[in-house]
Amino acid sequence: MYAQLVKSEGSKSREDMTPEEIAFQDRIDRNEKIEPKEWMPEGYRKTLIRQIGQHAHSEIVGQLPEGNWITRAPTLERKAILLAKVQDEAGHGLYLYCAAETLGVSRDELLEKLHSGNMKYSSIFNYPTLTWADMGAVGWLVDGAAIMNQVPLQRTSYGPYSRAMIRICKEESFHQRQGYDIMMKMCAGTPEQKAMAQDALNRFWYPALMMFGPSDKDSVHSAQSMAWKIKMNTNDELRQKFVDQTVPQAEYLGLTVPDPDLKWNEEKGGYDFSEPDWSEFFAVIAGNGPCNAERLGARVKAWEDGAWFRDGLMAHAAKAGERARTARHAAE
Amino acid sequence: MPSLPDMTTPNLTALAGQALADSGHVAVPAPDAGQPEFVEFLQRMGDNALILGHRVSEWCGHAPALEEDIALANQALDLIGQCQLWLGLAAEVEGKGRDADALAYLRDAGAFRNLLLVELPNGDFGVTLMRQFLFDAFHIELLRALKASADSRVADIAAKAEKEVAYHLERSADLVIRLGDGSEESRARMQAALTKLWSYTGEMFVDDAVDGAMSDAGIAPLPSSLKPAWDRTVAAVLDEATLAAPAEAWQHGVKTPGGKKGVHTEHLGYILAEMQFLQRAYPGARW
Ligand SMILES: [Fe+2]
Ligand SMILES: [Fe+2]
Ligand SMILES: [Fe+2]
Repeated sequence: MYAQLVKSEGSKSREDMTPEEIAFQDRIDRNEKIEPKEWMPEGYRKTLIRQIGQHAHSEIVGQLPEGNWITRAPTLERKAILLAKVQDEAGHGLYLYCAAETLGVSRDELLEKLHSGNMKYSSIFNYPTLTWADMGAVGWLVDGAAIMNQVPLQRTSYGPYSRAMIRICKEESFHQRQGYDIMMKMCAGTPEQKAMAQDALNRFWYPALMMFGPSDKDSVHSAQSMAWKIKMNTNDELRQKFVDQTVPQAEYLGLTVPDPDLKWNEEKGGYDFSEPDWSEFFAVIAGNGPCNAERLGARVKAWEDGAWFRDGLMAHAAKAGERARTARHAAE
Repeated sequence: MPSLPDMTTPNLTALAGQALADSGHVAVPAPDAGQPEFVEFLQRMGDNALILGHRVSEWCGHAPALEEDIALANQALDLIGQCQLWLGLAAEVEGKGRDADALAYLRDAGAFRNLLLVELPNGDFGVTLMRQFLFDAFHIELLRALKASADSRVADIAAKAEKEVAYHLERSADLVIRLGDGSEESRARMQAALTKLWSYTGEMFVDDAVDGAMSDAGIAPLPSSLKPAWDRTVAAVLDEATLAAPAEAWQHGVKTPGGKKGVHTEHLGYILAEMQFLQRAYPGARW
């Protein structure tokens, strides 16, 4: 999940709601889509901006761990597939910033908040990609976890967000298949390749489980977001679904999930599994993951180094506008 | 790289004649075996695309705007795709059981045939854009001419690549103009990029024995024949961009051997060290 710990504005009981708020909630309960120009509670708007913004930031920061291997991809075909994937992620960022703009916040404002550390991106992108197998593990597990979260969000109450999710989900499932394909190749390869694949699973398993956010019992902001259908499932529901889907895939690869307590539970029809180390999660969120400084640093550097480029284009547009005005005057 | 033997293989000339006789694009049988010049030419095409694609891909996630990240990834993707086609054909014509990946990943720098221009480091975004523009303006003329190649496989690849490169040129020319005629700083950066890169443009138009053989066989144009059109494009764009090419500049790879002959800058070795790492570290592994 690309939006973790999104702080929701306080929830209200029906008795405390204004007639407008009641009518709004009724529309959501009837599964009507809310469109940009329509009335919405300020809390709904703010929560959505945080969530969509965090998701957008995750897409663009998410270019970096995979971009790290484009120049080292082992075949031309793998290079092309990876390039296409990273390009898709940038495109996802673009759709999402556009969706956020419909709520009255500009892309530049959101980027400023990212760069100053006032907005977050998913914790997963603060882990390093150390071997080529990580390109497989990221596609399989990270895009896989993202899909788990984003498929239900196709039904989210805010129209532009829902439509962005529909476009994005199609591409994400392609990413996941490509990632799994890399893993299959590695697992069927040399002993070194297989070891790389196992090592990648070992390193990405728990960070992937963390993508769904803290356990429901510690997740303070869920109720209101779920009432607004900004969040469609609880963190634990999605995490369980992810584990249930992924464990058989790992078995098929002949890899071992790094959890000695992982066990099928017949009664609940799902796996029992170990929780990730939440202290690690909060450390990463607080900026102390292995790559936080590099990831945010790379984005800030790209933005600062690119200032002259953006200013140059603005200056040209201003000159061209001026010339057009002068020409019009001369013609009149 | 030793100087190349003259093209003495008779069947190429015969084939060219046959191709000229056919007004339409009838598939010419492969003039494959023993065509070192043809292989050499195809490697030049493939290596330019590969190395420039590599350089462009280095921007992934680091470009000055999200739209540029997308555009550059797309451009790199086009170039890698073209490289697969050119090197795939080179391997087929060579007939030694190699494939495009073997050519890309298992040759050392001295066996690469790309122009020096495309291996130069990215520099600031202005250098990257200017390098792209100067190459695109050449690439498009080359591909247009190759669409009429006597070898239908070459013509087919060129036709596909031309559409992509037309878009690359549209984009790079537009940005050179807007940034040249932009702010004081953007103009200064674009002028500095142009001055720096100009010395690497001459190599594009050098005719050597390989080019002569390709031209005689009707497979490819002489590079020098592309210069007038390139001059026109570049002059028009630079004029609108309010930029000026250096009047006199030493041209690398013209009087001295350059990338086309396998004599590269120091930069190529590092590109290959990075690009070929996995294939070299795990010989024979499949990915
Ligand atoms: Fe994603
Ligand atoms: Fe994405
Ligand atoms: Fe993805």
